[in-house]
Amino acid sequence: MNTPFAGLWAVLLVGLPLLLAVGAYVAGRRIRPILVWIVPLVMAGMVTGLIHGLIDQGPLHYEIGGWTPPLGITWHIDGLATAMLAVTVLVMGAVCAYAPSYFAGSIKTASAEKTKLFWPLTYLLWAALNALFLSADVFNLYVTLELLTLGSVVLIVLAGTTDSVAAALRYLVLGLMASLFYLMGVALLYASYGTLDMATLGGQLQQDPLTWTAASLMIVGLLIKTALFPMHFWLPPAHAGAPAPVSALLSALVVKASFYLVLRLWFDLFRPVAPAPAAQFLGALGACAVLWGAIQALRADRLKTLIAYSTVAQLGYLFLLFPLSSAPAVAKTAWLGVILFALSHALAKAAMFLAAGRIQQLAHEDRLDRLTGIGQCAPLALSATALAGVSLIGLPPTGGFAGKWMLLVAGVESGQWWWALVVVMGGLLTAGYLFRFWAIAIAASEHPSQRAPVNWRMELPPFMLGVAAVLIVFLATHVAQLLEIGAAFPIGGSGEVAP
Amino acid sequence: MNFDPLVPLLLIASSLVPGLIIFTLPEDLRGLRTALNLLGASVKLLLVAVMLWGVNHGHTYETEISFLPGLDLTLRAAPLPMLFVTLSAVLWLVTTIYAVGYLEGSPNRGRFFGFFSLCVSSTVGIAMAGDLLTFLVFYEMLTLTTYPLVVHRGTRQALQAGRTYLAYTLGGSVLLLLGIAWLYTLTGDLCFKEAGRLADLPAEYTPTLRLIFAMLILGLGVKAALVPLHGWLPQAMVAPAPVSALLHAVAVVKAGAFGIVRVVSDIYGIEFADRLGVLMPLAVAASVTIVYGSIRALAQDDLKRRLAFSTVSQVSYIALGIALGTPLATIGGLVHLVHQGLMKITLFFCAGNLAERLRICRISEMDGTGRKMPWTMGTFTVGALGMIGVPPIAGFVSKWYLATGALEAGQAWVIGVLAASSLLNAAYFLPILYRAWFRPPTGRVAQCEPAAGVEIAWSLLLPPLTTAVLALGAGLLAASGFSPLAWAKVITVREFGL
Amino acid sequence: MTLFTLYAIGGVGLFAMGLFSFVAVAHLLRKILALNVMGAGVFMVLIAIAHPERAATQATGVDPVPHALVLTGIVVAVSATALALALTCRYHAETGRATLPEDGPGNEGSGR
Repeated sequence: MNTPFAGLWAVLLVGLPLLLAVGAYVAGRRIRPILVWIVPLVMAGMVTGLIHGLIDQGPLHYEIGGWTPPLGITWHIDGLATAMLAVTVLVMGAVCAYAPSYFAGSIKTASAEKTKLFWPLTYLLWAALNALFLSADVFNLYVTLELLTLGSVVLIVLAGTTDSVAAALRYLVLGLMASLFYLMGVALLYASYGTLDMATLGGQLQQDPLTWTAASLMIVGLLIKTALFPMHFWLPPAHAGAPAPVSALLSALVVKASFYLVLRLWFDLFRPVAPAPAAQFLGALGACAVLWGAIQALRADRLKTLIAYSTVAQLGYLFLLFPLSSAPAVAKTAWLGVILFALSHALAKAAMFLAAGRIQQLAHEDRLDRLTGIGQCAPLALSATALAGVSLIGLPPTGGFAGKWMLLVAGVESGQWWWALVVVMGGLLTAGYLFRFWAIAIAASEHPSQRAPVNWRMELPPFMLGVAAVLIVFLATHVAQLLEIGAAFPIGGSGEVAP
Repeated sequence: MNFDPLVPLLLIASSLVPGLIIFTLPEDLRGLRTALNLLGASVKLLLVAVMLWGVNHGHTYETEISFLPGLDLTLRAAPLPMLFVTLSAVLWLVTTIYAVGYLEGSPNRGRFFGFFSLCVSSTVGIAMAGDLLTFLVFYEMLTLTTYPLVVHRGTRQALQAGRTYLAYTLGGSVLLLLGIAWLYTLTGDLCFKEAGRLADLPAEYTPTLRLIFAMLILGLGVKAALVPLHGWLPQAMVAPAPVSALLHAVAVVKAGAFGIVRVVSDIYGIEFADRLGVLMPLAVAASVTIVYGSIRALAQDDLKRRLAFSTVSQVSYIALGIALGTPLATIGGLVHLVHQGLMKITLFFCAGNLAERLRICRISEMDGTGRKMPWTMGTFTVGALGMIGVPPIAGFVSKWYLATGALEAGQAWVIGVLAASSLLNAAYFLPILYRAWFRPPTGRVAQCEPAAGVEIAWSLLLPPLTTAVLALGAGLLAASGFSPLAWAKVITVREFGL
Repeated sequence: MTLFTLYAIGGVGLFAMGLFSFVAVAHLLRKILALNVMGAGVFMVLIAIAHPERAATQATGVDPVPHALVLTGIVVAVSATALALALTCRYHAETGRATLPEDGPGNEGSGR
């Protein structure tokens, strides 16, 4: 079905940032205000239009240019894709509002050069993310993944430090290797089934060694990009070493994109043919990530390293979806819970990194033991971390709690109580390292610092993101309804639409 | 237009909104901040009065807020919630006045009063929760909003106390969360219902229900300071006096005890719980706590720590009352919720006044304080005598009903526990009274100059006077129709279906 | 052994060799080369797939889709390699090393 109107929004959602990326590189300062304020609003409007179209007409298949597969590229617009697009708009909007002040106040030299490169790269990243969420073709996904990696790598280097260059290099080479794994998997899939379209593939997959090899290659490649334990070691230096707005984008969106792909591939393609231990193995790796990431965060000596390890840990939660969804009775609950968790985490983690950037700017310093009493200087930034942190811990009434609750219910109801234990232990450990930071921030210090004037452009975006991470739980029912449009449930046949 | 569904929301908003506004105010706008605080507290009291009138005239105050898919947050006004809400509203007003006076000149008052208000909102939410999930949401919010109050001073000791507090409460919340999730998967519905709802489940669930009961009680027992989960409470005494007063009389500890009451009576049902055999272990745990708390209190020289252990001991009367499983004992436990709150907050206010005016915090320094601060020590005497159980102060009424309830339940050993506790209470309160009234002043008390007018600021004197009078009144007028006792009787009648 | 099998096995073999080299070797330039070899392996597999023998259902004889994939892949590989090389040069200029810190001491300035 080719619905041109909604399809137009989809094309614009990818095309507009792409055009603006080029425009930003060429025109630079002149169109800066448009990039910072107007475009995010326009994009938000388009996503809203897409959501309305989705609710009215159901899931949409859009063929670009009217060319049919196998040569044409199709985009599939359903609830999950739209939810990811919406979160992307929110985080990008906050980052765009935040970035100019951040780079203006940056103590490193050549900040003008950084700002010049930041905008084209960010918009390129935005285009890549949107294209990734919309794609329904496994090779198109490869292209968007590469765009994402390349854009992210250069954004990391904007920090200007040697550590950031090393981190970016590590991320780049690992990311390229991962993409090649994925591409090999795509090639093998095409060799077996002759199509790249996910909807068509979904019905055709069989349990033979070639399919298993292809699936493993693709999933492993994506796991490396999602920094799942034990392939997580590239993430903390990269996310901690990047400039704060870039860290926010990376932790909130880029790693979510590769997880989104694992989700899609699993539920739309591979679940019927995957051997049962595979799901449990993914869950076990997720559990290790939750515990290991939290332990490392407890030991972190810098604020941004702490937040980066927190990302490693929280991403682990997402992988509990796979074993939990293998029990049919709770599969839907687990699926909804993990997606709610991912959406709240994106909002909360972006808030944390943006607030941390402000704190780092005020203190000229990132080390935790030098941040004593920083709460006095920047109470709004600290409140943003408080709101975001409560969601990360999973305490009510936040989006993180919604996800955690649904995972717990799924675990307990299906008798897989060990995953439920992982969820609660992870919550305790998260509370451990976050309260460690907050206790330092509100401790009475010997040299009480003056309250710095509120930098609204740097402190309001993370605060709003934190509020969003809390409020999303009250919209959980609506989000669930949105996600159900075009969802790959009920279980049994992939590609069937839930009633 | 029907405003009834809005009222519970307004009740929460009456402290939530001022709290949020206070966060945004600059530190030096103390007049505005105080005005907001008092306005919120007064509005809340007014709304409570409206609700009490409304409930008596057939209004139902119920609200549903969309939350998780398939589970809404519900707030509902029933007799038991109204009891706790009224206590909270009255004590919040009194504590606000006290806190404004006590923290005069301290830093970070904006942060303090902001979280203070949020803390009360959480308590009201806990009280009005219509189902176990809503209860959990506000219960966790209480943990989050009381942490900044405990660590308010920012010293190493305060942060350590905060860490301990979190370790205990978050650990308890894990058990609570797992228990609630498990219960939800069993029954699909977490609503509170008088006389409970679990009696209808098939018999094969019995061992699971016992395990869930244990998990829920352990999770709630942390805040309710059941031994051995009480370790955080004495350490939390580093917080400023208004915090100790609020935490011990109204908010945290009472919330835990209230939760236990709710779970036993409105989820399991007292009679079903009795049949399950889970009430006896709870009664034993409560009794152990009662005796242990009192013994530890004897050993303390720091006044606030002695009061803390006294709280550990006294709050378990509530759990004991519920656990005995008979109407009289239930009345005793429920009414002690109110009485202990009134008496203990009086004692903590006095402790704060002694620290503020005479700069003493140890009992050994309290010689002759009755001469220097007669009004404060007068109210302290009322509170202490009430704790011991001397009539006609409120504490006597609760102990009487607990004792007769124990007889009714055929558990005469409980009377021994109550008697031992009263003796121990006397042992650690009477010496304080003796020192204060019958010994000449020494040390800092002797050096203290007599005050020009009243012994201490009105904002610090009026609150303990008010609560002491209320404690006395609750005891003297217990037989009347609008005492806490009458209320507890109403709740018990409905619970047991008498 | 058919041409298709030759290409396919060759592709997989290159992929495996490249992977081994990537994991085992510390020097960044060699890692980048290894990635290129892996890429070449994938491309060979794709080209093998395009062979008429596999495209039995295609009327045209040669399947154009893998060719499109390979061309796209080459473009991506070239840009990625360029970025990687540029970063390596910058890294070397700043630190004088040619290996990432965890991979052990780099050889200063030599072109090994």
